[in-house]
Amino acid sequence: MNRIGYYIREGVDSIFNHGLISVTTICVILACLLIMGSFASVAVNVNHIIGNLEDQVSLLAFVDEKWSEQEARSLEKQILAIDNVASVTFVTRAQALEEYLGQLDDSPLFDEVEPTILRDRYLVYLKDISLMAGTQTRLKDIPGIARVNAHLGIAQGMVSVRRIVNVVSVVMIALLLAVSTFIMANTLRLAAFTRRNEVAIVRMIGATNSFIRGPFNVEGMILGLTGSLIAYLAQWLIYITVTGRIAASSLSFLEIVPFSVLALPMLACFLAIGLLVAIFGSRIAIRNYMRI
Amino acid sequence: MISLEHVYKSYENGTPAIEDVSFAMDDGEFAFLVGPSGSGKTTIIKLLTGEIASTEGRVVVNGYDMSTISRRRLPALRRTLGVIFQDFRLIDNRNVYENVALAMHVYGARNSEIKKRVPYVLGLVGLEGRMRDMPKELSGGEQQRVAIARALANNPRTIIADEPTGNIDPELSAELMKLLSKISEQGTTMLVVTHEHDLVNQFAKRVIRIVNGRLASDSKGWYQA
Repeated sequence: MNRIGYYIREGVDSIFNHGLISVTTICVILACLLIMGSFASVAVNVNHIIGNLEDQVSLLAFVDEKWSEQEARSLEKQILAIDNVASVTFVTRAQALEEYLGQLDDSPLFDEVEPTILRDRYLVYLKDISLMAGTQTRLKDIPGIARVNAHLGIAQGMVSVRRIVNVVSVVMIALLLAVSTFIMANTLRLAAFTRRNEVAIVRMIGATNSFIRGPFNVEGMILGLTGSLIAYLAQWLIYITVTGRIAASSLSFLEIVPFSVLALPMLACFLAIGLLVAIFGSRIAIRNYMRI
Repeated sequence: MISLEHVYKSYENGTPAIEDVSFAMDDGEFAFLVGPSGSGKTTIIKLLTGEIASTEGRVVVNGYDMSTISRRRLPALRRTLGVIFQDFRLIDNRNVYENVALAMHVYGARNSEIKKRVPYVLGLVGLEGRMRDMPKELSGGEQQRVAIARALANNPRTIIADEPTGNIDPELSAELMKLLSKISEQGTTMLVVTHEHDLVNQFAKRVIRIVNGRLASDSKGWYQA
């Protein structure tokens, strides 16, 4: 306990004694986390928007016209039994005609059209649109289903976009993390360089590696947490400002993830990354001075 | 206790630094290690503090066999030693009190012990009134006395002083040496490295003389360079 108290005192003192380096370190963490956070926010929102679009993609399963409405309705259970089906909506011939006519101008030419020229149908919503082709085949296999319309090209396009966004996000975040650690290690290496004599002296009077690292770790933790918290608050402000502007612009149709949903995971990620990068960076920084 | 048995040390380029050096010091003994520049005195100090390992032979310091000691055990050995350097090696941004207290923190001493012991050892070297001063505010002699206080802080079994008078005025050197001698009388093994034979001759102590990396003489009294 005595020793932990010593590490904390030394770590805190060092932050103030090396004020410029401390401020630089906090700024580096702040900048790296802001870039990472902004990128992650965009990725999460793109994913969310694509997800919403995917939810609206459906298959249209037409029931054989010889089947009565009651018989057609009885197929719902079999359709729902298919693994990838999330939900279904039954549309009668009359509803289908009404919808169709609703899309046209009020033309007297269609007044005489009977609903019997159309088929009863199911709008089938999927859990995973990348499995649309397989689901289409399963639907076709159900007796009574005459035809299944599926926009496979659109589904495939959405799946591809989502994959690209995911891969790019992971790669970019990993790259930014590596760059942050590198910058942090160099900043802290500078800090350690200014204290190399001190480390050498302490080593000669019998300090263990953990005794030397202790104050550096405390310093790294405090700087990491401070940088993370400031970055989180800045990210919050930026997010609210940008989403507010989007909502007030012609892009208001985009359904943006509210900050309240991101707040906790983002805070946890920022604190964890800031802490780990700073501690890992400080370990790299003093490594060279530990071999005396 | 210090013991060197047929110790050799060659550097990576093959240059021999010391050859077949043997001597031993009992607990509480005082000895000067003398010799001209480049004779191998610093190599012996580095062997004793574990900065380097011998090429051949056996070095034992306070019960630690330096030829087999692991890197992990080195701090434990160093905590049994007090080392005083020619260039003092004080930490510039810490005051006198903090420089001495640091050695006790390394040792794992309690804060209450540190608060009692640091003023005591600073009193022994006559610096009790300078505790809050920074090293740069002190003269060379005063800085060396802080280094001695730091070496004394943990009541070490052995003190190794590497040219402790090298950076201070000649009139202060004798005074400093008297202080080291007094400390030795309390039971601390004291090995003082110096090349100032006039100073050595003022004290009737054991003199271990190294010339060209070899033990030239080991006797009590005075010597001529």
